[in-house]
Amino acid sequence: MEIWLIIIGAGLVTFLTRLSFIALQGRWQPPELLQRGLRFVPPAVLTAIILPELLMPGGQLHLGLDNLRLLAGLAAAATAWRTRSVLWAIAVGMGSLYLLQAVSGWLAR
Amino acid sequence: MRAELPILAGVAPFGMIYGVLAMQAGLPVSAAQCMSFILFAGSSQFMAVPLLAGGVPALILIFTVFVINLRHALYSAALAPRLQHLSPLWKGLLAYLLTDEMFAVSITRAPGPLTHWFYLGAGAALWTCWQISTALGIFLGAQIPDSWSLDFSLPLTFIGLVVPALKDRPALLAALTAGLTAVLAYGLPNKLGLLLAALVGISAGLLGERLWKSG
Repeated sequence: MEIWLIIIGAGLVTFLTRLSFIALQGRWQPPELLQRGLRFVPPAVLTAIILPELLMPGGQLHLGLDNLRLLAGLAAAATAWRTRSVLWAIAVGMGSLYLLQAVSGWLAR
Repeated sequence: MRAELPILAGVAPFGMIYGVLAMQAGLPVSAAQCMSFILFAGSSQFMAVPLLAGGVPALILIFTVFVINLRHALYSAALAPRLQHLSPLWKGLLAYLLTDEMFAVSITRAPGPLTHWFYLGAGAALWTCWQISTALGIFLGAQIPDSWSLDFSLPLTFIGLVVPALKDRPALLAALTAGLTAVLAYGLPNKLGLLLAALVGISAGLLGERLWKSG
């Protein structure tokens, strides 16, 4: 039961976020600080999700060449910078992870 | 439609992966599919799966989804002037369909009198693709082993979205401070670190903007 309340609640806040400025256009002038701050939401929120996933796989800080997700993530970032394509970033990132896993498995033998 | 084909090709595997992960985490089939109907927001659905399975309190989870999807307010603000003349029903419908991908397709097209039909077409195609690929992923679900590391596609997608957007120093500063805060605050319960990181990052971006503009 609780899961349905969560899904409906999450759906509602998402819909209202998307509707917000579309509905208020022409009726309400948002404060300048809000307008300027909005631009930093995607880089802040997305990076706050990305970095822990890369630097702390399994919940522990893990810096080093044996952190395969960090290496694959760096490869994906370089790809995204050059191609500006989400699809290529995913492809190169997953490919690098598989390749690194295979190499480290071979080295560990 | 032609402008959208490459994007649809990117959305389909993403929807399938979401379905597979939801099944691996043990969510009911109905909940996994309805999440795609009701939320229609891939990244937050990805994040919600482990939290739902981990029994995170309802309000915290809803709030986390809110923070992740807060960037849609930016899209809403950007498209709002073009939709001002439409009826409330149209506005609601297009808001429901407003995703990263739909925004990417819409914003590059010059506005015209029939633009809202183009938005509707783009949104409906993405919506259909998302529902079908979710269902396929649910169907495949248990047959895909954990060792495929499919959960890694979430940070990869975000890397693909965020890296090209780091065009100036304030944006870069916002990203770095938010990322560092998230790592340092990782131990906080219930993903509160994410909220804290978002606040720190946005504040740092605003400060940086002021600093570099006057300097």
